[in-house]
Amino acid sequence: MTDLLDNPVSTSADTTTTVVSETFGAPPPTPRLITLRRTRGDRVFKGGVTLSGVLVLSIMVAVGLFLAIEAAQALSATGVSFLTTPDWQPDRNKFGISAVLLGTVLIAVVAVSIALPISIGAALFITEVAPKWLKSTLIAAVDLMAAVPSVVYGLWGLFLLQGHIIGLSRWFNTWLAWLPFFDVARADPNSPLSSATVYSASTFVAGVVVAMMVMPIQCVVMREVFSQVPIGEREGAFALGSTRWGMIRVVSLPFGRGGIIGGSMLGLGRALGETIAVLLVISPRFDINFHILEAGSNSVSSLIALRYSEASGFGLSALMAAGLALFAVTLVVNFTASWFVARSRSGADSEA
Amino acid sequence: MSTPLTVLPPPPSRNSPPQQRRALGRLSRQDLMMMLGAGISATATTMLLFGQFTSLSGSLGFLCVGFLVFLATYAVLVSLTEDRPAVIDRVMSVLLTSCMLIAGVALVSVIVFTLFRGRAALLKSNFWSQDLSAAGPLDPLEIGGIAHAIVGTLIMISLALVLTVPLGVACSVYITETRGRGASLVRTVVTAMTALPSILAGLFIFATWILILGYERSGLAASISVSIMMLPIIIRSADVVLRLVPGNLREASAALGAPQWRTVWHVVLPTARSGLTTSVILGVARGIGETAPVLLTAGFTSTLNYNPTSGPMVSLPLAAFELVRSPQPTQIARGFATSAVLMLLVLLLFTIARVVGGRPAGRLSKRQSRRAMAHSVKDAERFESSHRAPHGAPTPRRQVGAT
Repeated sequence: MTDLLDNPVSTSADTTTTVVSETFGAPPPTPRLITLRRTRGDRVFKGGVTLSGVLVLSIMVAVGLFLAIEAAQALSATGVSFLTTPDWQPDRNKFGISAVLLGTVLIAVVAVSIALPISIGAALFITEVAPKWLKSTLIAAVDLMAAVPSVVYGLWGLFLLQGHIIGLSRWFNTWLAWLPFFDVARADPNSPLSSATVYSASTFVAGVVVAMMVMPIQCVVMREVFSQVPIGEREGAFALGSTRWGMIRVVSLPFGRGGIIGGSMLGLGRALGETIAVLLVISPRFDINFHILEAGSNSVSSLIALRYSEASGFGLSALMAAGLALFAVTLVVNFTASWFVARSRSGADSEA
Repeated sequence: MSTPLTVLPPPPSRNSPPQQRRALGRLSRQDLMMMLGAGISATATTMLLFGQFTSLSGSLGFLCVGFLVFLATYAVLVSLTEDRPAVIDRVMSVLLTSCMLIAGVALVSVIVFTLFRGRAALLKSNFWSQDLSAAGPLDPLEIGGIAHAIVGTLIMISLALVLTVPLGVACSVYITETRGRGASLVRTVVTAMTALPSILAGLFIFATWILILGYERSGLAASISVSIMMLPIIIRSADVVLRLVPGNLREASAALGAPQWRTVWHVVLPTARSGLTTSVILGVARGIGETAPVLLTAGFTSTLNYNPTSGPMVSLPLAAFELVRSPQPTQIARGFATSAVLMLLVLLLFTIARVVGGRPAGRLSKRQSRRAMAHSVKDAERFESSHRAPHGAPTPRRQVGAT
């Protein structure tokens, strides 16, 4: 050790000459074979960690498989008509998910179409407009909003929002009834004495409540993406004389497109699976209903929550089938979302 | 000789006053006045519209119409002095700000409304100390409380933590530290499972644990179903945190001859400690608020039950949900107070997560870095003394801990 340190220059010079002569004469050196010999502790570690991975994997696969196996009984009894029947009477062998799945999708679509512009705007406000001292507070507030339990949003929607939103529903129905989904069958907009109950407990109200829960989730993903916009491109836009909105339009939004799509689909996945808030707000009905302002709606998860206790063995299997269909839809939505986020240039390290 | 293409301004002379830095982001006085003017005009116009000219009504409608009028007036005012891109920029800034305002107002209204409706019950001491067994739906708020739900939530979530934290952390270590097909398969399946609607986790436990295995509805069943919900969330976020641990720390540890388990135990996990805590707390915040799986698996009771393995047990969100379904105003008030307690609990957890996990992996707080520095000074002294003992000649002491 001391020899090497005493004469470092000569040693290094020696090795260099050897290497050079070797490269010219002999064939290039083959890389040394590196073998990994684990210590006993490492073997225990590897085994334990792998075991936990296998355990988690088997739990997750068990949930999926179990749902599929249990659902098979109901699915084989109805066949394709499971997808088309609106009723839910498993004891009379007359049930299907067309109405509930449609209700679920409509609630989720209403929620996302309300939440999307707000979350994009809020994310852009946090990254571009807000003064520095306000930023961390706003980020914390949005994160907090994402953590508020759904039952709290449900109570808020049922007791506070519902009363205020009916005026808006009536306005939509009065002026936009020519759009088929804003039409309400039993409402007469010209009569001042018409009851407000035709507008309550509707898909629209449930959608607005779910939008409140979905908005922060989308906003978190989008803010993450917008904060990764390369500083050079931003400053380039400003240096070319762009206004702030001009910069956002030509730099931030194109850069964050993957994050916007991915974030909104993540929100959609969450909206599809929401149970309690929807269950509190809607009054269930079992028919194909596109009129989002009309009283009554339904969703798969609230159907399960309502019917699981009185269900017989076969009824439970039918509920499992409905749950499986919902799970399949959310799975597709979530994988599409992560594909979009991963594929876009911006989503390199943004996580949901 | 042609004229120069670029003309440089003369350098500032020494006598000229120092240049003032212009604040770019600040609102100028003119902007403020324009907003104020547009706001007043919009309020007045909307009041006229609602009160005099048309039959519009409703506070929400008033706000919507007023906002649109405000935007139009503001655009016109700005266009008096600015060109088109600037007008668009101002209007869009107002729109972005109002998006944030909507979100903020929603959050504040949710919190304030819940606290307000629950205030009567929240302020009673019996609400925190009694259960609901003695209180019928018609009894006043002086009787009964939600101690059983608080205890139930705490028991359920601690059981869920016991199940999920070791498993979740070990699994995320498996995903990040062992590379291979197994790890990526587990990661994919866990990602898929974050999409699992919470009601299905409850339905799974309801069908297997309660119907097939024949156990009764209990706190244990509920905490297993909540664990199924929390596990993917914890694994996903712990995975992200562990991937952020710098690779050269692992390499340095390996180069010092540490086996892999020592590297993980002494380097990777401590480095990511704050992030791991955050991911666990976020999982807990989600798990505490889950109503649907608990609804299916815990049963409902109004008595205090400390035993998670037998008898129904109720959690805060479930109690709130069941209470507000009653038509009695006192029950609804209790329901609101219950959800306020739940919200405060989540708020508390969230604050803890913020305080603990505010910094990225490997970045130490002041106290932590001081402790590490003291530790390395002690180590240096130990090495020095052990070196000095056999040779006798003291080596010159080097500066330790300055980096």
